[in-house]
Amino acid sequence: MAEFWTGYLLPLILILAKILLFVVPLLVAVAYVTYAERRIIGAMQMRIGPNVVGWFGLLQPFADAVKLLTKETVLPTGSSPVVFFLAPMVTFSLAMIAWAVIPVNEGWYIANINVGILYLFAVSSLGVYGIVMAGWASNSRYAFLGAMRSAAQMVSYEVSIGFVMISVLLTAGTLNLSEIVMAQKGLWFFIPHFPMFVIFFVSVLAETNRHPFDLPEAESELVAGFMTEYSSMAFALFFLGEYANMIMMSGVVTILFLGGWLAPFDIAILNAVPGIVWFALKISFCLFLMIWVRATFPRYRYDQLMRLGWKVFLPLSLIWLVATAGFLVYTGRVPV
Amino acid sequence: MDDLLKEYLPILIFIGLAFALALIIVVASLIVGPSRPDPEKNSSYECGFDAFDDARGKFDVRFYLVSILFIIFDLEVAFLFPWAVTLGKIGLYGFWSMMIFLGVLTIGFVYEWRKGALEWE
Repeated sequence: MAEFWTGYLLPLILILAKILLFVVPLLVAVAYVTYAERRIIGAMQMRIGPNVVGWFGLLQPFADAVKLLTKETVLPTGSSPVVFFLAPMVTFSLAMIAWAVIPVNEGWYIANINVGILYLFAVSSLGVYGIVMAGWASNSRYAFLGAMRSAAQMVSYEVSIGFVMISVLLTAGTLNLSEIVMAQKGLWFFIPHFPMFVIFFVSVLAETNRHPFDLPEAESELVAGFMTEYSSMAFALFFLGEYANMIMMSGVVTILFLGGWLAPFDIAILNAVPGIVWFALKISFCLFLMIWVRATFPRYRYDQLMRLGWKVFLPLSLIWLVATAGFLVYTGRVPV
Repeated sequence: MDDLLKEYLPILIFIGLAFALALIIVVASLIVGPSRPDPEKNSSYECGFDAFDDARGKFDVRFYLVSILFIIFDLEVAFLFPWAVTLGKIGLYGFWSMMIFLGVLTIGFVYEWRKGALEWE
């Protein structure tokens, strides 16, 4: 019995506690990113934004959640019920489970697998399934077109994301996310890999269907794209999934380019600040950039989007990858 | 427990938990929310007329083309991952082998570019 307790039950409880320690703050963060987005865009457009519910409107996300929960879930005729409900669940869970490998501080992670970055790459490419399932199951023109566009768009930018990740890998010499962060001690990768940092950030915008690449849900032509037929909490799951994905991808940008939990300068005062604070600050910075982009840029046309992905980012990231590898090999700096 | 399994077990539990959470949210809204279906509300969304036919019809072949191109390049990325971490051990020989492989793929890429497979007018 004692062996059962120490060998199985205790580790299980520890794992569950760790997961809850990630999921609960994450859900709160998602709620407040939606709030922050509305306030920031409000400020940028000389409006006020939500300010009625709670102090400064701070309870607005929870009011929205309750409102959505009490709405009717409409199941359109001609749709496939199982896939219809599975789609938002897949989107939401995929946005969550990527956090299993993200280290938010030295030694703070759920699973420290040594192929962490490969896992992130895999989970983020699975994201397209939720959207395609939604478009297919809804049996609506708009949803179908939105899903087709989204699939092609995510798939196109996936390739340049892969090449950029490999350029970083070459410099770090490991697939483990914690070790990639530690490799940036002294020099964050966004300095030597600056063009890749820009490409990665823009690809992330396309990958998460954010402005200016939000063609799958372009309101003026496709109503709401793949979400057209969704209502109530099924819609909310897509919404949560999108924002959780934004936070997750900001986390990836932070780990790959902005030095993860490391302080900007190796000074005692800055090192005294807990790593998680730096990590949160860097994620907030990326999220702010994403929201800023939304408030600033007009939407791309679909042919421009595809041209940017295939004819600009793909060759550029491939050339950079080859140049990085060549430089490292010929100057003997390849990390072993 | 096996060490490898121990590393991956938390991820498995996380996947289960995330899916359970999503299921609870959907079921909760089905229970809490009202349900007053009527044929107009349940018909698929259109701008002022009934949908003509099934939405799952033909679609532009270029979407298909893009997915094929994606498979090629994603496979290339998958090849590059192990190459990138072992570059220190395989040295110049490994470097040039991969360059030849990338060169062959680039020829294909240039060909499809010239053929207009990447055009979306």
